[in-house]
Amino acid sequence: MSLDRETVRRVAKLARIRVDEDRLDDLGRELNQIIDWVEQLGEVDTTDVPPMTSVEKHKLRWRADEVTDGGYPEKVTGNAPASDMNFFAVPKVVE
Amino acid sequence: MTDLTDLTLAEARDGLTKGDFTSLEITEAYIKAIGTARPLNAFISETPEKAVEMAKASDARRRKGETGALEGVPLGIKDLFCTEGVLTTAASHILDGFHPPYESTVTRNLWDAGAVMLGKLNLDEFAMGSSNENSYYGPAVNPWAPEGDNRRYVPGGSSGGSAAAVSSHIVVAATGTDTGGSIRQPAAFTGIVGVKPTYGRCSRFGIVAFASSLDQAGPMARTVRDAAIMLKSMAGFDPKDSTSVDAAVPDFEAALDQDVRGLKIGIPAEYRVDGMPEEIGQLWARGEEMLRDAGAEIVPISLPHTKYALPTYYIVAPAEASSNLARYDGMRYGLRVPGEDLLDTYERTRAEGFGNEVQRRVMIGTYVLSAGYYDAYYRKAQQVRTLILRDFEQAFGKVDAILTPTTPTPSFAEGEKTGDPISMYLNDVFTVPASMAGLPGASVPVGLSKDGMPLGLQILSPAFDEMTLFRVAGALEQRAGYDARPSKWWVK
Repeated sequence: MSLDRETVRRVAKLARIRVDEDRLDDLGRELNQIIDWVEQLGEVDTTDVPPMTSVEKHKLRWRADEVTDGGYPEKVTGNAPASDMNFFAVPKVVE
Repeated sequence: MTDLTDLTLAEARDGLTKGDFTSLEITEAYIKAIGTARPLNAFISETPEKAVEMAKASDARRRKGETGALEGVPLGIKDLFCTEGVLTTAASHILDGFHPPYESTVTRNLWDAGAVMLGKLNLDEFAMGSSNENSYYGPAVNPWAPEGDNRRYVPGGSSGGSAAAVSSHIVVAATGTDTGGSIRQPAAFTGIVGVKPTYGRCSRFGIVAFASSLDQAGPMARTVRDAAIMLKSMAGFDPKDSTSVDAAVPDFEAALDQDVRGLKIGIPAEYRVDGMPEEIGQLWARGEEMLRDAGAEIVPISLPHTKYALPTYYIVAPAEASSNLARYDGMRYGLRVPGEDLLDTYERTRAEGFGNEVQRRVMIGTYVLSAGYYDAYYRKAQQVRTLILRDFEQAFGKVDAILTPTTPTPSFAEGEKTGDPISMYLNDVFTVPASMAGLPGASVPVGLSKDGMPLGLQILSPAFDEMTLFRVAGALEQRAGYDARPSKWWVK
């Protein structure tokens, strides 16, 4: 399997990373090198092998659906590149 | 009076207890040492004022008779742990100016035990790397270099700043994190002890996430005893991390009172890889000899899926990273690069904020999770991961611990491997399998290469059996008698 220019462009779009046209070929080569290498896993017979979802044997713990923290919006928005009245200020989403 | 920076953590702790010196005195000695070691680029942020303030508070607690297990001991913290109000970067441009409003559980545990923070240590960006050359803040430098060689050598990664700082005696000990070998590999490259505990032993709350099913915090220290003392304070159940395991934390230091007589140590055939330098094989054989001398039984074992662990890792870890790093969108914290619209802002922010290796891994992860490829790559990798775990489970039916080399080579010069991602990834070929299985592992310095660079051996034990891990590590350390120190070339 190899990634062509169009696939690299699509993956970059999905990953929300801007990739300039002149970098597509180089990046494609790098990604292909890695993908070709991981394809050796095809040699392993995994018929009837369950995929591992966790190394831990026990079930995921649940907690009560209760608020345990909060009440400090200025701390929450304190690191924002832009904020206004304790809200995150973001670029316009809807025209 | 001896130089306070020569003391091990255990000696510093005991000296503080006896009143031979105060926390302020030892903290100031380390602040001075840090000032002479800037060429190592081990720190991203030095926090001397905070250190002095914490040391004074520790001395005050001691006067009142309130002492924790690490009371007054100055430590360095990998800059992947969120520290309340102190710049936390993950060595990435995208976290510019981020001052967490909360403290990671591991660092909270250390401060509760009385420890003092000297600052935040350098690493590969988002812990992705094996040389510390992927840091936005520049590479950390190995205190070690072959004699007469003027090139700079890498301290390993991703916990390269932690390794360099412990090895050069500018911190007593440091925290690291290990996803595929990021504690053990740099420990081996710099001649120190590094321990990755069992997955679930230390809380991941407040540690900047890379690959959540693998990431685990651990200690990096100058002796096995120091690592045991520090892990005891770092570990413990945390309801804030749903993967944290509610298991009692034993007194790891007590493991060092026991020898290894009667223990069975497995030597896996598959760790003898093609092209491995002869000196690594010799070191391994010496380690075997030392443990046999100490009374352990050496047992040949097989871990047949070893060669598939690294390619499995390079599907699983990037997949989890691509998902974890989706939160860096320029909206709530860190860098924002304005674009024409929202999507363009995301894309420009992430292109500028992430370095090359991070972009490469996020894209690999996005690809292997994308429609049409999920079963071929991600599901396949998770199946192979099951087989890797089964290999270890079978082996631990026969042996109590496993001995392997930590790395296939000693440290290399900066720039030597940057052009070839796969040759860089091969650094972690011996550390990754245990990570895939969630098992604890330790690297112990055992000798020097023919060029005079540190080499380590790795010990693995069953899950939650760190007591055996420390027992074997202690025996190996004692027999190896490793006491080499780098020449202090960085002190002008």
